[in-house]
Amino acid sequence: MIAIVDYKAGNLTSVAHALDHLGHRCEITDRPDRIRAADRVIIPGVGAAGATMENLVALDLAGVLRDDVARAGKPFLGICIGIQVLFDHSAEDDQRCLGIIPGEVVRFPSSVDGRPLKVPQIGWNRVRQTRPHPIFDGVPDNTHFYFVNSFYPVPGDPAVTIATSDHGVTFTAAVARDNVIATQFHLEKSGAAGLRMLDNFCRLEI
Amino acid sequence: MIAKRIIPCLDVRAGKVTKGIQFLENVDVGDPAAMARYYYEQGADEIVFYDITASNERRGIMIDVVKAVARDIFIPFSVGGGLRTLDDMRAVLLAGAEKVSIDSGAVRNPQIIAEGARAFGSQCIVLSMQVKRGEPREGFPSGCEVVIDGGRTPTGRDALMWAREGERLGAGELCINSIDRDGTKAGYDLEVTRLISDSVSIPVIASGGAGEPIHLHEAFTAGAADAAIVASIVHYGEHPIPDLKRYLRGRGVEVRDTIAMERSAN
Repeated sequence: MIAIVDYKAGNLTSVAHALDHLGHRCEITDRPDRIRAADRVIIPGVGAAGATMENLVALDLAGVLRDDVARAGKPFLGICIGIQVLFDHSAEDDQRCLGIIPGEVVRFPSSVDGRPLKVPQIGWNRVRQTRPHPIFDGVPDNTHFYFVNSFYPVPGDPAVTIATSDHGVTFTAAVARDNVIATQFHLEKSGAAGLRMLDNFCRLEI
Repeated sequence: MIAKRIIPCLDVRAGKVTKGIQFLENVDVGDPAAMARYYYEQGADEIVFYDITASNERRGIMIDVVKAVARDIFIPFSVGGGLRTLDDMRAVLLAGAEKVSIDSGAVRNPQIIAEGARAFGSQCIVLSMQVKRGEPREGFPSGCEVVIDGGRTPTGRDALMWAREGERLGAGELCINSIDRDGTKAGYDLEVTRLISDSVSIPVIASGGAGEPIHLHEAFTAGAADAAIVASIVHYGEHPIPDLKRYLRGRGVEVRDTIAMERSAN
């Protein structure tokens, strides 16, 4: 069973629909016991860092995700806001986050070389695979994925970055460290390439 | 660099697609979910559903459509038409739409933009505006006025000023639909699209007038649009989405490649 963490924001059903389509059993839940019992855990969604962390804390899930999922070696996938809350701190809402991966989350600059940059970035951007990882199995380098973000992670240890993309600046688009994998782009809204990566996560042997 | 998006628009009345697609043999062209699936497989980057149901049962029917589509396609889609309140928006988003498109409702009550952005995030809120070109006059720096009710009702608002106001209130994207060009196949209104795109820092979607592939190229270059709505240009089979993308790619426009990638059944 795959647990999709329900933190009372964002569109959680789209990840569930994608997993159903791929034939993987999943459950949307906010219960710590269900998350502890799951084989794999996904934290998806759209939302702001402040509200997301507040809800995770109020639901007693911050510790569960840190200690019983990430540190316990359970395969753990973060998507969009789910990558950002893995880090120590986000500039969005000046929010302290889960601290599972060292680093900061920062905002895109409002202009680059004197030219205004559209923020949020909304749309399909190419993802460059900077380190081989089984999550990319069958996905060609430089494939387009769907992004919606104003902020992006800057890992303390650049070695955790497995993919980058460009929007005014080159930024970390995906990270992996042991059992923890996360993407800034929406796997559930990225067509066949996104489905393939979700399927890869569900089959990953860690 | 972010790719330029091609967004087919499907008009839905009482749960059925109204502008049929005549060339398809194996797809129920009246079924919004089947049509969405078809465009998804064709490489659409996003899909817009516009609910033109003029009745009181409208909401429930459209919600069922949204739920069916959400199970079937794995790209973003938005829903517009008749959304006036936060509850209207919430129902559509919870049913699985990525975004809501608000139009007349926002003109009548601009605060709905701010409320929607606060409740669901700016990325969910597309401010769609129908614009109509007029004689140059004071208070209309863009030369275009915002109109509602399918173009019948002028609002006294200038298109550029309303676009800026929408951005300030928290819209995540702007869709500029030229009433003058809609249905003409004469190309998008590049002038107003460019003016607005250059004046805001959120993505701008060109709408109304696409009839030939070159119109998309113009929208993305001279019009500085980030995305373009297509309707009859794709609905009648003359210019399928893969052909449009091949054409744009050949002229140096960054568009998304679609690759078959699903693991075969095992």
